[in-house]
Amino acid sequence: MTRRVVIIGAGTAGTLVANRLRRHTSPDVAITVIDGDNEHVYQPGLLFVPFGLLPPDRLVRPRSAQLHAGVEFVRAEVDRVDLERDQVVLADATAISFDVLVVASGARLMPEETEGLAEPDERVHTFYSLPGATKLAQALDRFDRGRLVINLVDLPIKCPVAPLEFCFLADWYLHRRGIRDQVELTYVTPLDGAFTTPTASEQLGGLLGRKSVRVVPEFATAEVDHAGQRLVSFDEREVGYDLAVMVPVHGGAEYVTRSDGLGDALGFVATDEATLQSKAKANVFAIGDATDLRASKAGSVAHFEGEILVANIEHYLAGRPLSARYDGHTNCFIETGFGRALLIDFNYAHQPGTGHFPGPVGLPLLKESRLNHLGKLAFERLYWHAILPGRPIPLIGGDMPTAGKNLQPAQRTAQSGGTR
Amino acid sequence: MTTVTYANTELLVDPEGFLADPSQWSEAIAAAIAAEVGIPELSDRQWEVVRFMRQEFQSKGEAPNVRALAKSSGVPIKELYQLFPKGPAKLAARIAGVPKPRGCI
Repeated sequence: MTRRVVIIGAGTAGTLVANRLRRHTSPDVAITVIDGDNEHVYQPGLLFVPFGLLPPDRLVRPRSAQLHAGVEFVRAEVDRVDLERDQVVLADATAISFDVLVVASGARLMPEETEGLAEPDERVHTFYSLPGATKLAQALDRFDRGRLVINLVDLPIKCPVAPLEFCFLADWYLHRRGIRDQVELTYVTPLDGAFTTPTASEQLGGLLGRKSVRVVPEFATAEVDHAGQRLVSFDEREVGYDLAVMVPVHGGAEYVTRSDGLGDALGFVATDEATLQSKAKANVFAIGDATDLRASKAGSVAHFEGEILVANIEHYLAGRPLSARYDGHTNCFIETGFGRALLIDFNYAHQPGTGHFPGPVGLPLLKESRLNHLGKLAFERLYWHAILPGRPIPLIGGDMPTAGKNLQPAQRTAQSGGTR
Repeated sequence: MTTVTYANTELLVDPEGFLADPSQWSEAIAAAIAAEVGIPELSDRQWEVVRFMRQEFQSKGEAPNVRALAKSSGVPIKELYQLFPKGPAKLAARIAGVPKPRGCI
């Protein structure tokens, strides 16, 4: 009997799960992937576009071309998921039935959540979308003096280190143009420090200081006041700007909020942090940015989760207990400018710390190096040719490696991540 | 964990002052915690948010963060900041005797 696995979303998570699942299951398991467009954006590249380091068109490839033979691609908008009937209802009212559903529709930007942010303004930009990053490149090119403000409105966001990387690269970029001393760089964050975990926050905060980036912590942005060229917080503090780079509030896909019982108030899917099964229904799973997990919304998380999710879908189809468990493993290169980067590797139980990765001989952790920068650049090739095809990466398994690390238990700062 | 006394009841709290056992909560305890954080008397609107926070925790197993709290309670974020200055979700959760809203890493 044929059974159908339907995956909503052909981004990083949906694509790698479809391809891995195709290799692991027999042809009597049909795999359908649904997405509203056919443009797969290499999102880690967005950071480099504003500085002219990557041309925008290089980041895009067809979604359909990343899916293996034997995976059906349906290009359509999803209206909602009917959990009672096990159906995905498309915008044109056709229904696709599933035995197993994987929600992999990621996170979307919600500028409308912040007063004034949805209005177009030559001085207010974002690099969190391809059109946004492209426009910001032009604005930065014209910018030659004044106040450059980077503001992360609220967590969770995709790639929580990217706004910091933007600061580091902006510092480098302005130096290269010989105008660094004409520009005041400010990082405005709702957190009480540079990052969500104490050890990394200290290290990254130190880097911001050395690069003369002023930090405005505990700032919950309520409004972008275009006429006054200032950000205003809910407790009525303000930060003026000449050019503002905003990271808007994120939420899950819109159809999630239209699907009874599937998601929370922001459209993220309540998910078991170990098995990746949704809390909504046993045959519904979620992966990547679409979940409400406390793990970072990052490609590496989708990659490590993919291995676990595919194993658990196989268990589910065979009627076995879901024995594969995700440990929260996350791995991020943090570009720090001037051809260097640092690396963090952590999981639910251990915060990012020092040491080496993936073992005692390897890339230095939480420390700037040229090698890490080269690692970040090499990742683009790895993304298209190993991550998306759902192949394991040599030496790097799903579970976080502990060898070579100075392990520190996870402990969160007073206001880590949207807990106001 | 340390022991504190709120409304003549000895209670275990974590280092940030959140009750270790949400079932020990009472309205008198809520009033005592509120007084400690600088709200001498909770208004009707503040009570509404505190009770909503408890309900959310009881039905979903965790307390919402400020944005989710605003969306599900219908109290605008701006007002939440006026009712509970600085950290509305965190403060309302503490007064409601439920664990701190979970963050992300």
